[in-house]
Amino acid sequence: MKYLLVAISAIVCSSIVTFASAQTQSKSPTATSAPSTQQLVPAESNIRFISKQMGVPVEGVFKRFTVQSQFDPKRPEASSVSLSVDLLSTEIGSADTEKELKKPGWFDSVRRPNATFASSAIKSVAPGKYEVDGQLSIKGVSQRVLVPVTLTQRGSVTYADGTFQIKRMDFKIGDGEWNDISIVANEVIVKFRLALTGVPAI
Amino acid sequence: MRAPSPLPTVSRYTTTAIALHWLTAVLIVCAVAIGLYMVELPMSVQRLKLFNWHKWFGIGALIVVAVRMVWRVTHQPPVSQPDESGWQHALAATVHLLMYALMLAVPLVGWAYSSASGFPITWLGVLPLPDWVPKDRELAEALKPWHWILSYSLIALVSLHIAAALKHHFLDRDSILQRMRPW
Repeated sequence: MKYLLVAISAIVCSSIVTFASAQTQSKSPTATSAPSTQQLVPAESNIRFISKQMGVPVEGVFKRFTVQSQFDPKRPEASSVSLSVDLLSTEIGSADTEKELKKPGWFDSVRRPNATFASSAIKSVAPGKYEVDGQLSIKGVSQRVLVPVTLTQRGSVTYADGTFQIKRMDFKIGDGEWNDISIVANEVIVKFRLALTGVPAI
Repeated sequence: MRAPSPLPTVSRYTTTAIALHWLTAVLIVCAVAIGLYMVELPMSVQRLKLFNWHKWFGIGALIVVAVRMVWRVTHQPPVSQPDESGWQHALAATVHLLMYALMLAVPLVGWAYSSASGFPITWLGVLPLPDWVPKDRELAEALKPWHWILSYSLIALVSLHIAAALKHHFLDRDSILQRMRPW
């Protein structure tokens, strides 16, 4: 009887431990990499987008966004980064356009104010250059994007610069009559600079 | 006694000057017509198209006016008619000068306003024009009323110009229109 109780306890305990460590691993694969004390320096960071309207390049910026970064340049495969952009903070030079962009056919910013990006894999491609594979979610639509990033470091600040292209129609941005990609092009270029502190040396 | 020298026949502007004059007129009429209509529209694809077409006509007019000014400076316009009194001649010269100034100022201010608002101009959808002022919301707000104040002034002068031409033709019954008629 005593041996049976010990055996059952052992099985239960090892299951708990296995289950718990499995949970830990799937929840925070970066638990063993860079600590999450990495902070965005908003004053030195920006996220911009450039759309083309009948050949005219029109640039907008997102004034408010947050970043969760656990990046170790020496261990990119164990790193992660995620962003949340407040679409209500869009500025595009014209109050009329900003008002239009809030509408459901465009960003639907009132109902869905946050566009998010979450990395799924980061790999190093050259010294200081990385490729961040992840999911971009806007207006309830999620698309995989591959973002090339270049890192430079000056003092305690690490600058992550990159450019990538998305197709607005993939996210149903610009619906209804704005479907016409000869008026507003499908391709939208996103450019960003994220200034972060607390990133280990490259 | 020698025979009196004949009165000079009414001479015409050069063919180039005439062509440029009427081309300017067409471009300005189109730009103004679209401009007056487009500002009434709510934000839409139609409004975006019209704003761009308005800018294409405006820049087109600017280019033609620049060419005209070079031509005007290098080619003597026909002599004014002998029976034209001093004040009419002075008034005509003043109005023409003001019109040249406005035909330059209106599209230049429009171009600046467009750039300051964050909408650089891509002429005819293919030729990107430089921004000669920075993208600046406050500057855009300051420039906006000037584009339409100057446009309305130009419309007023053009109306005066047309009225004067018709007055000469129908009331004075002189041959002034011969100088610029397109046929």
